[in-house]
Amino acid sequence: MNWKAFFAMLARDAHVARRNLVALLFQTFLQPLMFVFIFGRVMVGSGYMPPSYKSLLLPGIMAICMVGTGIWAVAMPLIGEFQFTREIEDRLLAPMDISWLAMEKVVAGTLQALAAGLMVIPAAWLLLRPGVGLNIHHPLLFAAVAVLVALFSATGGLALGCIVQQTHIGLMFSLVVAPMIFFGCTYYPWSALTNFPILQKVVLVNPLVYASEGLRGTMVPQFPHLSLLAVLAALVFFNALLLVTGLRKFYGKAVS
Amino acid sequence: MLAGIRTLELRKVYDSPSPMGAGAGGFAFTAPRAKGKTRQPKPQIVALEGISLDIAPGEIFCLLGPNGAGKSTTVGVLTTRIRPTSGRAFIGEHDVWLNQVAVKRLIGVVAQRPNLDFSLTAREILAFHGAYFGLSSHERAKRAEVLLERFKLTDRADQLVRGFSGGMMQRLSIARAMMHDPQVLFLDEPSAGLDPQTRLLLWEIVREYNQSGKTVLLTTHNMEEADALCQRLAIIDHGRVIALGTPRELKASVPGGFLLRLRFGLHSPEFLKRLQSLSGVREVRATDSSGADVYADRGGSLIPEVASLASAAGVELHDVHISEPSLENLFLHHTGRSLRE
Repeated sequence: MNWKAFFAMLARDAHVARRNLVALLFQTFLQPLMFVFIFGRVMVGSGYMPPSYKSLLLPGIMAICMVGTGIWAVAMPLIGEFQFTREIEDRLLAPMDISWLAMEKVVAGTLQALAAGLMVIPAAWLLLRPGVGLNIHHPLLFAAVAVLVALFSATGGLALGCIVQQTHIGLMFSLVVAPMIFFGCTYYPWSALTNFPILQKVVLVNPLVYASEGLRGTMVPQFPHLSLLAVLAALVFFNALLLVTGLRKFYGKAVS
Repeated sequence: MLAGIRTLELRKVYDSPSPMGAGAGGFAFTAPRAKGKTRQPKPQIVALEGISLDIAPGEIFCLLGPNGAGKSTTVGVLTTRIRPTSGRAFIGEHDVWLNQVAVKRLIGVVAQRPNLDFSLTAREILAFHGAYFGLSSHERAKRAEVLLERFKLTDRADQLVRGFSGGMMQRLSIARAMMHDPQVLFLDEPSAGLDPQTRLLLWEIVREYNQSGKTVLLTTHNMEEADALCQRLAIIDHGRVIALGTPRELKASVPGGFLLRLRFGLHSPEFLKRLQSLSGVREVRATDSSGADVYADRGGSLIPEVASLASAAGVELHDVHISEPSLENLFLHHTGRSLRE
């Protein structure tokens, strides 16, 4: 394995992310934080939502930010670079097995998603305070869930980036990403679907459910949440599935 | 270590469309395919039909042919981007499809379409490319500076390449391919879109690069370029090598060398026989009921005789085109088609 080439590509991605930092920050945080402000601050402040909603919302927003960042950071460049600008070709010709280029994209996406997740906690906390009851009793478990969620976002980005065509980017967001967020137990806990038994079962195919519930279970365990063991198992399963699919599709795109 | 290029009976059949082409994979909202026996077989496109080449280390070799002949597919197979359906390809001692990483260390590639990293400046593109190949940061900076200077890009070195003209992008692509000093340089249609002055600069740089013992494989459909630059060339059409040799040998292989493309009102086999009997005429081929290609060892001096023969036979002469000995004539002689058609 040629680690020099691998790290040079990570450095390239970091360089590009640094260059686009301001746009990246707006893109990642503006919409989730507006949601936090309206639902967590305005709706709670005016009495339409119970005060406890603030704490319930935060892990979901963190999940949205992480998943959005990872997908955006991995899928969008892949779609453009393979199909339009072809700028990935130079890296495909670097002296390194090409699957490692896909792995590099996953590592870069995971790191960006983790950074986004960690940055949104203080930002949302500042917007929502007072009355946010974060109880991270098991920091290691929280870290494990956060890493798995970040990895899910990046492997999902890899799979989407290699499957979706450039002309269908809009569809990708409206058909895949938006339903995933709305049915991903981000704005409500999974237990809130008890009155909708069929929906409650169907949403279990959505990996984001485990991401939101996992973060909820480790950050605000006072609320009902899915078993953390089930969350960890499901996230590992989805990550493996998406990674294998993504790597196969990546190879298929890189070599005719 | 000097490295040559060798291919053995390369074949490539695409199940249409090719993956990098439009319309492949993804969200295709088409009608579901019928199941079972009624399912249509995928149309297959044969891109290479048994290409065998042996290019010596230190040679400038050219693949000449029209669009769609299989030039870029051959380059794709040799540069680890297109997996052949059968056959083998070697760079130096390494089988391209068994030892891709070792092969990638030896080659530099300029693709037909610009594929520069749009998020980076010209200097960064060269530096990161050097980093992928493990050059130290000092070496990267030094080589980038030299190449930017050589390709006349120094004044735009620190700008994003998004705003570069087509010619500048092409120059930077070539500079990037040379950045890690590869033993074998692939140039796929390198002078497409370059102005004549830049084309001359490119030729000069390619020759200079070759003088240090490096192998260069370039594809073109420009005869002038092949003639000026290449030590040997292969003419490719429909995925096959139809002629191979030095430009001089190949041009000499065309009967007579001169080609007269004639158009008449309507000609007859008998009239063509008479044309064949004119002195200096080597070969006469009817292209259709009114056209004929005459290969001869003289050009303009043959025209009065052709004209008087036509007038005597009551055949009206409409058009005459004389080509001097060239690779174009060679291509036409082998395929019956012009390279430009």
